[in-house]
Amino acid sequence: MVEETYQDENISDDGDKKVTRRNFLGMIWIGLGGIAALELGGMVLAYMKPRLAEGDFGSILTVGPIDDFPPGSVTPVTNGKFYLSRLKDGGFLAIYQKCTHLGCSVPFVQTEGKFICPCHNSQFDDTGELLNPPAPRPLDLFPVLIEDGIVKVDTGKIISRNHFDPSQVVYA
Amino acid sequence: MKKPDIKIPKRTFIEHLQDSFRPEKLPTDDRGRMRMVLDNLIFHIHPPKIPERTLRWTYTWGLGGISAVLFGVLVVTGLLLEMNYTPSPPQAYLDVIDLRTDIWFGDLIRNLHHWSGNFMVVVVTLHLLRVFFTGSYRPPRQFNWIIGMAMLLLVLAANFTGYLLPWDQLAFWAITVGTSLISYIPVAGPFISRMLLGGPEVGSQTLLSFYSMHISFIPIALVMLMSFHSWKIRKDGGGLSIPKGLEEGEMTEVKKVTTIPHLVRRELVCTVTVLAILFVWSALVSAPLEGIANPDVSPNPAKAPWYFMGLQELLLHFHPLIGAIIIPGIALVALLLLPFYDSDDQSTGIYFRSRKGRYMTIMAVVWAVVLVPLWIILDEFVFFWTEWLPGWSPLISNGLIPLGIVLLALFILDRVSKHWLDSNYEERILTLFSFLFVSLVILTIIGIFFRGPGMNLYWPWNMPSAHPV
Ligand code: FES
Repeated sequence: MVEETYQDENISDDGDKKVTRRNFLGMIWIGLGGIAALELGGMVLAYMKPRLAEGDFGSILTVGPIDDFPPGSVTPVTNGKFYLSRLKDGGFLAIYQKCTHLGCSVPFVQTEGKFICPCHNSQFDDTGELLNPPAPRPLDLFPVLIEDGIVKVDTGKIISRNHFDPSQVVYA
Repeated sequence: MKKPDIKIPKRTFIEHLQDSFRPEKLPTDDRGRMRMVLDNLIFHIHPPKIPERTLRWTYTWGLGGISAVLFGVLVVTGLLLEMNYTPSPPQAYLDVIDLRTDIWFGDLIRNLHHWSGNFMVVVVTLHLLRVFFTGSYRPPRQFNWIIGMAMLLLVLAANFTGYLLPWDQLAFWAITVGTSLISYIPVAGPFISRMLLGGPEVGSQTLLSFYSMHISFIPIALVMLMSFHSWKIRKDGGGLSIPKGLEEGEMTEVKKVTTIPHLVRRELVCTVTVLAILFVWSALVSAPLEGIANPDVSPNPAKAPWYFMGLQELLLHFHPLIGAIIIPGIALVALLLLPFYDSDDQSTGIYFRSRKGRYMTIMAVVWAVVLVPLWIILDEFVFFWTEWLPGWSPLISNGLIPLGIVLLALFILDRVSKHWLDSNYEERILTLFSFLFVSLVILTIIGIFFRGPGMNLYWPWNMPSAHPV
């Protein structure tokens, strides 16, 4: 067999890579291809974006007048998937029922006065603060809005937190 | 000059078609049989001749072929099920009830689909073990190992997406727990999980997208990779790795036999046996179905699909970032790159590498059987990292510290096998792999059979029945 020596036309005699018109155009093509791929990827992501229905979980729910919730009570609001907790001092918290560990629905056990997750036994107090792992952080919150003595909760915004902090409590 | 008179027989379209599937006359000589393999659409995934030794049942156990048969059953039964299914709650659940009560053979077809899918996870895992223990992932077969790993992940994805479709409590909570693992991926996790679920929780959007993935993208990708996989078997090293005895050196002469009838006959026997077992099993054992999914009430305990129970068990002992992402991630990458750091093919074809290797494998199994339950019991009743280290981030107290202990234990085991038991490099890899694999199996068994309400440990015979709170 005859060895054929092959001279790469893109490498000049002194060994440097030089940009010829041909491979410059090639680079542009690749760049354009990359941009097109990004655009298409963006389209797919936008297309897959979750949609929300009005008046359902995910929108602003009207829960009821303040006086329906005595201080020191925790009331489940099933269509909003949260518990409205009114602390002893009259402040409100809307606590998302989804466990911060692996997503089970955490019931509030009235007799013990805390949230106990059935799945892996994480426990939370009436502010949602973590009492017992494996959950890594307190239960998530939804923003509470109080307008004219009516409690409303925005279930479209999930607030995750690392610790309970009095600034999270909403007062009338 | 006159052209030589060659007669080309005229053939009809039907004859052409027939030829691609079967010849007019079955060949009786080896030459004809080899031609038939080459010319035939279905047979040509095989080479015309194969090394005789690779035919041994006790070498391959027919595991690749069995998964292909199961895949075929899944496609056919899946198509039938699709025709009676609406991927939208609550109709999805009602359709499954209909299958069980109103539709002729509906229950049988559902069972066949369910069991083939579950057996498939087992069979492909055994296939991975076979390839590992015979060293068949080494060059020149390294790329096929990677394709195989991709197919393993696809099989798991197919199973996982299918798990949600009955829309019962079991499905709903297994998928909730399973997808929550994803949100622990640093930075992008919550975003990916939201995209996958189509919202903050498992819901109708999740059902629809899992259904689409389950019936189109995943099976199509699997078919493509399966063809690639079997084509690579022919291309890399001319067939499977050749089994060798312990003391056998370099193989000089390899006896070859024709694919027809030797291999094809075995494949037929295997197919018929698998089908027979599958039908009997599916007629006798029903796929589970619980009450309709209720997003407000988690059953106690809520368990992931069984093949992820090992992972869920890890999560009881480690912070989720470590247990669900870092440990499995490292394990997966280490497995994927295996052919690149263990590439010496001297012992390829010998089960467990060498006599020492066999001894070390047994050793690793014994270690795992002793150490893993011990660790679980200690962690459950003696170690309370988070309480001992209040104020520390759980990522450290419940993550890095136990991880450190486990890594230290692995390191010690490896030193022991190197210095005291005198293993070489490939035997040490074998030992570690066997130890980790058996650990995964033990974790899975404990998760499935020993975890009851509140994820507390129970003896399987004392297990309180699961009731929603
Ligand atoms: S999901 Fe609540 S403790 Fe695991």
